Amino acid sequence: MSRFARYLAVKVVLLFITTVIGVYITILVANMGGYVDKLRMAQLREEIGMKIMRDPSLRDVPIEQKKEMIETKIRLEEERLGLDKPFFIRSLYFLKDAMTLNLGRAQYMVSDSGSRQVKAIILERLPATLLLMGTSFFIIFFLNLFVGLALSRRYGSFIDKLYVASAPLSAAPAWFYGIFLILIFAAWLGVLPFGGMVDAPKPPTAWLYALNVAKHMVLPLAAMLLSSHFIGVYGNRTFFLIYSSEDYVDLARAKGLPDRMLERRYILRPTLPTIVTNFLLSVITLWMGAIIFETVFNWPGNGRLYYQAIGLKDVPVIVGNTIIYAYLLAISVFSLDIIYAFLDPRVRVGGGQH
Amino acid sequence: MGFLKSFFREVRYYPSAIVGLLIIFGLVVLATYAVIAIPYHRAIDLWRGSGNIWYRNPKNAPPKWVNYFRDKKLPETIDLDSRKQGVAQRKEKPLGKGKQIELTFHFNYTADEFPHDMVIYFYPTYKAKPPFVTGEWITPDGRKIRLGNFAVTNGFSFWLNQDKKLRSRIQRIFEREGIPAQIALLLDPDSLPKDPNVAVEKVARPLKGKYTIKLKFLTFEPDSDVNAEYIAYGGVYGLAGTDHLRRDLMVGLLWGAPVALAFGLISALVIGIATMIIAAVGVWYGGIVDDLIQRITEINMVLPFLPILIMVGIFVSRSLWMIMLVTIALSIFGAGIKSYRAMFLQLRESPYIEAAQAYGAGDTRIIFLYLIPRILPMLIPGFISAVPSFVFLEASLAVLGIGDPVLPTWGKIIQDAQSNAALYKGLYYWILEPSVLLMVTGLGFALLGFALDRIFNPRLRQE
Repeated sequence: MSRFARYLAVKVVLLFITTVIGVYITILVANMGGYVDKLRMAQLREEIGMKIMRDPSLRDVPIEQKKEMIETKIRLEEERLGLDKPFFIRSLYFLKDAMTLNLGRAQYMVSDSGSRQVKAIILERLPATLLLMGTSFFIIFFLNLFVGLALSRRYGSFIDKLYVASAPLSAAPAWFYGIFLILIFAAWLGVLPFGGMVDAPKPPTAWLYALNVAKHMVLPLAAMLLSSHFIGVYGNRTFFLIYSSEDYVDLARAKGLPDRMLERRYILRPTLPTIVTNFLLSVITLWMGAIIFETVFNWPGNGRLYYQAIGLKDVPVIVGNTIIYAYLLAISVFSLDIIYAFLDPRVRVGGGQH
Repeated sequence: MGFLKSFFREVRYYPSAIVGLLIIFGLVVLATYAVIAIPYHRAIDLWRGSGNIWYRNPKNAPPKWVNYFRDKKLPETIDLDSRKQGVAQRKEKPLGKGKQIELTFHFNYTADEFPHDMVIYFYPTYKAKPPFVTGEWITPDGRKIRLGNFAVTNGFSFWLNQDKKLRSRIQRIFEREGIPAQIALLLDPDSLPKDPNVAVEKVARPLKGKYTIKLKFLTFEPDSDVNAEYIAYGGVYGLAGTDHLRRDLMVGLLWGAPVALAFGLISALVIGIATMIIAAVGVWYGGIVDDLIQRITEINMVLPFLPILIMVGIFVSRSLWMIMLVTIALSIFGAGIKSYRAMFLQLRESPYIEAAQAYGAGDTRIIFLYLIPRILPMLIPGFISAVPSFVFLEASLAVLGIGDPVLPTWGKIIQDAQSNAALYKGLYYWILEPSVLLMVTGLGFALLGFALDRIFNPRLRQE
């Protein structure tokens, strides 16, 4: 168990470092045009200006003196926040703020609850993104696994050949299939909605609401499946085939074990860690794809938030969303690492690593 | 050379590889044609629409070939310019200080649907007093409809549907309200619905036959002259159609090919080679170097790649080349390192490497002359398979609105279509054309890549 804990601890540290690096790169890129500095200064100026101008105890102070007070206060605050320090040191302050999700205020966008806090805007969209991506990860993984297994049983059959032939379809990303699916099912046949998460007058009961959301999820899920199902199944099936020609499988078969047990114990067991690792790579791609994917389907999540923020050039929201993405990626990878650790006996029992 | 020969011998047995090769060859031909037919600066000018080049084109018109699938044929654009030889009949006679000019245009209308809009552009020359014009429209069955009379100033254009006087005249003639001019002028009076509640546009047919437009000008100065251009914006245009800015989509579709190929091929090749060199260096030096490379790879794989690219696009530069540079920088420590590493680890133990070390070959020599060339062929399937992902990456960024600011690309056409709700309005061609090209490109490389993977990876071939 200590080995298991050590493995996870190493992963956490590594992923944390990764996130920090990702966020730091974001800050570097964002500050290339001096945007972050300008934003911080503008925010500071507004806050202090408001505070002094509205302070009732300073009501009788003449306006010139007030302005002078504001300037000195800003200078002091700059010093306190380290804004007068060289960029490297300043960037570390930014990094700390970013990592603790202290993301500041949006320039133009407002959250549905009326807040201008970037954190509020982003967190508001998070459930929609998590619902769509979580559901699709779940469906894709298990569907790929079971179809792959079924195909390895029917190696050389028509359906097997069809899957192999369809594997190159995965060259196109999910959003791309999304456009075609919207064209066919929404624009042409009119059976499914063009996009969005729920119909405009919200369905009254929770049940109808869930059903309505499910209906809106059909096309996004189908698009995601089209772009990652065939290649995933192809990969899994190839692994199963390679492992099922191992000697110990032949031996087990010779002993007369039933096929199902053979599959579960001798084929699925040793291949699962590799399959999880491969799935991890496709999860990373899917997360990236989510940005455009949600835009195409008008899904009210963080991906579409990007699109809107880009359109409005709302810098704090863009930077904040990037940081959220860094976190989401790291968390997804970590959860798969835990699953991997459970599956791979080398992590739990030890040995065989080098 | 021997390698190429054996490569083609192998490829023959994979029909998908042949299809892929043909597609790639076709794309290269298309890209070459685009670059030669429309030089770079010309393409950018065309796509920007600088100098008002596109005013003769209809807006949002599907391509001509949609008429093959339609019972009711959509009209093509009619463009009659009196400045061109033989387009209009011109009669002149002196009158006072100036002269009287009569321009007569004839055209044959054969389509089953009405044009989208009609306009007459005037090109007068005068010093102080602009010419005066009276316009008349004569239908095939001999009805005469007065278009109006007005002074023709510089840059004046007469949009027939927007003229109030013409509209009320039409209302008087047909005893109905709100028939657009471009429909009323071409309308077959017998097809006018009797029921005033039925929309004219849905029932009415155009009267086919020869139409005449007579424009009588009076000029008031000795050197004053005038020309006119009549345009009926059609429902179809060219082989590719037009977009909301009246641009010919063909320019964008053609130029999308070299841009997509350049972006995809250069990124994939540079990343492939850099990844291989890094893997070889790691394996050869081992120890800390290898560990470091492995850790960097693991970190790099979990970086939010697309968001960082978006940030670069917004804060630094949206130029295609900048995006490509960042893509390459963020991808050289990619997943490929792991598989190359496994190959190099095997290769490092080969006797010929030991022999090279024995006669004193240096590290660089061993890495670049003995290790890398041996697995260079293995680069090809990975390289080919990686191309589509970069082609689609460019399209993805364009769809998000951070495509190259000047170059026309397939992704930018999709983005234009998306932001103008093309699917919702039924303008399917607008999205389908660039999408099909993207799909064909992606499939071409993917088909070849998959086949090559099976050729180069015997473990996959056994099955």
